[in-house]
Amino acid sequence: MARLSSRDDLEALRAQIVERLDPERKAVAVCAGTGCVAYGSYKLTDAFRAEVERLGLDVEVRATGCHGFCERGPLVVVYPQKIFYQRVQPKDVVEILEKTVGEGEVLERLLYEDPVSGEKYTYEEDVPFYKHQQRLILGNNGRIDPTSLEDYLSIGGYSALAKAMFDMGADAVLEEVLAAKLRGRGGGGFEAGWKWKGCKEAPGQPKYVICNADEGDPGAFMDRSILEGNPHSVIEGMIIGAFTIGSSHGYVYVRNEYPLAVERLGIALQSAREAGLLGEDILGSGFSFDIRINKGGGAFVCGESTALMLSIEGEVGEPRAKHIHTVEAGVWDKPTNLNNVETWANVPHIVNRGSGWFSSIGTENSKGTKIFSLVGKVNNTGLVEVPMGITLREIVEKIGGGIPGGGTFKAVQTGGPSGGCLPESMLDLAVDFDELTKAGSMMGSGGMIVMDQNTCMVDVAKYFLDFLRFESCGKCVTCREGLKRLWEIVDRITRGEGREGDLELIEELSECVADASLCALGGTAPNPVLSTLRHFRAEYEAHIRDHKCPAKVCKELITFTIDAEKCTGCRVCAKKCPTGAITGEKKKLHVIDQTKCIKCRVCYESCPTKWAAVVVE
Amino acid sequence: MAQVVTYTIMGAEHEAERGTSLLAELRRHGYEVPSLCFNENLSPYGACRLCLVEVKKGRRQKLTTSCNYPVQDGIEVFLDTERVQRNRRMVLELLLAQAPKAPRELRALADRYGVTDIRFPLNGDEECILCGLCSRTCRELVGVNALTFSGRGDRKHMGTPYAEGSEVCILCGACVHVCPVSCIDLSESGGNRRIRRWDRELPMLVDEFGVPTMTTAQAEYMARRTGMPVETFGTLPAQRRSEK
Repeated sequence: MARLSSRDDLEALRAQIVERLDPERKAVAVCAGTGCVAYGSYKLTDAFRAEVERLGLDVEVRATGCHGFCERGPLVVVYPQKIFYQRVQPKDVVEILEKTVGEGEVLERLLYEDPVSGEKYTYEEDVPFYKHQQRLILGNNGRIDPTSLEDYLSIGGYSALAKAMFDMGADAVLEEVLAAKLRGRGGGGFEAGWKWKGCKEAPGQPKYVICNADEGDPGAFMDRSILEGNPHSVIEGMIIGAFTIGSSHGYVYVRNEYPLAVERLGIALQSAREAGLLGEDILGSGFSFDIRINKGGGAFVCGESTALMLSIEGEVGEPRAKHIHTVEAGVWDKPTNLNNVETWANVPHIVNRGSGWFSSIGTENSKGTKIFSLVGKVNNTGLVEVPMGITLREIVEKIGGGIPGGGTFKAVQTGGPSGGCLPESMLDLAVDFDELTKAGSMMGSGGMIVMDQNTCMVDVAKYFLDFLRFESCGKCVTCREGLKRLWEIVDRITRGEGREGDLELIEELSECVADASLCALGGTAPNPVLSTLRHFRAEYEAHIRDHKCPAKVCKELITFTIDAEKCTGCRVCAKKCPTGAITGEKKKLHVIDQTKCIKCRVCYESCPTKWAAVVVE
Repeated sequence: MAQVVTYTIMGAEHEAERGTSLLAELRRHGYEVPSLCFNENLSPYGACRLCLVEVKKGRRQKLTTSCNYPVQDGIEVFLDTERVQRNRRMVLELLLAQAPKAPRELRALADRYGVTDIRFPLNGDEECILCGLCSRTCRELVGVNALTFSGRGDRKHMGTPYAEGSEVCILCGACVHVCPVSCIDLSESGGNRRIRRWDRELPMLVDEFGVPTMTTAQAEYMARRTGMPVETFGTLPAQRRSEK
């Protein structure tokens, strides 16, 4: 692409691209997000391309960013009708091209069927999973090829940058972002505008702009999908931020475990550079700014801003006290403005559509939308983008489609490992930064794990404590030793060795870990154990006093036996038992040898439901 | 361009250079604040969490370690509040469980703050409390940088890179000197000095009376740093013998 040296160049190029676009053009968009790639979407794309060539069709095959509905991948949308197919396999390709693309016929078997109502949906926007969302940030993922700058330009890309530089000027952009009350999507929820202002006014040069893409929460993948699906939106946000603040250097700190995000971001940076949208004298404005990718080694704590900055410097990633803010002294002690991927991706929208529009979405103190990765025991897992203020119930039931297999909802864990578990009674909570914090959880970066009746809340607390005791940087005694001790106590409880006084000790120690640790990791680490204790105390007590795990999860507290009256001697369980603990001849009662049983549940799950002879107590 | 600020400690007004470590200031004024990971000559680290104080700045009052708190204008500092004591007692309990063999310094602190009962399982033989004073001394004062933390979380430990015998350690013993729980062993015998914890052993020079002074590596390092001849710091025992 020729280098663009003015705003007119940019708009002329955009006009050219848009003119070439034919809204009636036949196209097949295949999701190439990580989830769908794992389901085989690359093979599917190849199959589409090969068939299109073989049949000599005039059909565009586009590999797009993540559509969000990962549960049903690989996903395919057929244009121009926008017919939505799910779980598509290479064997479906010929039929799709011949019937749907060729004749407009809808293939029933590939449509999404609501697991609750049984209703089938033809178009993406009608599918309940999408219908209740508001996809400002994620919406374009499915429309564009993330490796194509032209695609991004075709949907208005970099027009916000041009507007910011040529119409508004740095001060007006800052006013707009301040007025929008955009809060940091990485977890802290600090207002981005105030951060920008602080950095802009701080003395010292150069100033740095950082995009935090060190997404480390188990089960969270929203930043990954934005970077993989629409990297230019993040880059544009960062350039606007840098222009506003007066920064010439930017970093994207991204996990090395996100190879696809790193690759696509690299392609996007290179093409933006070649087009004159990044680097020296951007669009002839006189403003210069470039971005480097810094790959993180995978330490969870490096998502903490000060640890991240030390890691960029090549030091051990340990948080430091923020008595002097990073906007004054960040990377190499220079003024540094750090925002999360999703925060940056919001910026072009705010510049283009104005703070009034942005702050019309959401609640009083939490504006705009938020992306959550909805996972766990819920029918429709995937990425959901919703306006702030939506209730948990709407997310879990309407978008998530409820609990699979006729199960019942028990809790939803929000905010990642430092978030909390909220019970059924709190499902009508309006989801925003402040309400979640008040409820003992937090927004975090947007993880949302749904749990059903088969989840033991003590076990859940143990899982998160285990994660955190390994992922704490280990600097503060309270966090390093405190989390280890909390884990030990909870681990003991799950093994039936809980003692009177344990729960009080958990509370006392948790308070100290949260109060006396240096950074937010320690400050929030007790949330999972405290919130489960607060809402599910009886479950802890059952473990300690009765040595029972009510959810029948904790291995030391359950036994598997075979009901003599129900067992038909079919040998299914005996064949599947990995330790050979089940004996019994065909058509005779089977018995589980408790000394050999490792409580893997295979017998319980494999016993035909009509007999249900394996009993867990 | 030092800026002098005014602040209060327990209601008493004081002046200090803006940005000085609050703990250093507290000690300068004679307040007793416990700490195991602070040394005025090193950058503050904030690991041991013992030097907790409450600081009120504007309307917000928060708990913070004083070592890495830079003194600012108008702050109000409160020592030994109920919140400080409660947290400090728990920190000591955690430290004692982590390093049950830690010597008297830690025990003395525990006694002073009334920590008698340890409700957590004791950690076997470990003595190190991961305060980081040894590596900061080696890096910032000695300039050798032989030690580093590795690992994270409850597997974090202090040592030489890759847990292999250090090739750069000059066995100056500064780390031994600053260790608050005396867990770095230094011994001298047969004309050699060794630190087992760092898996390092080096020959020593002797003075004119044949008394060991320092390791050859240390003398060479000091010669390089000062521009003085190595002989200033001692000679090899073998050379002394041949002179006779």
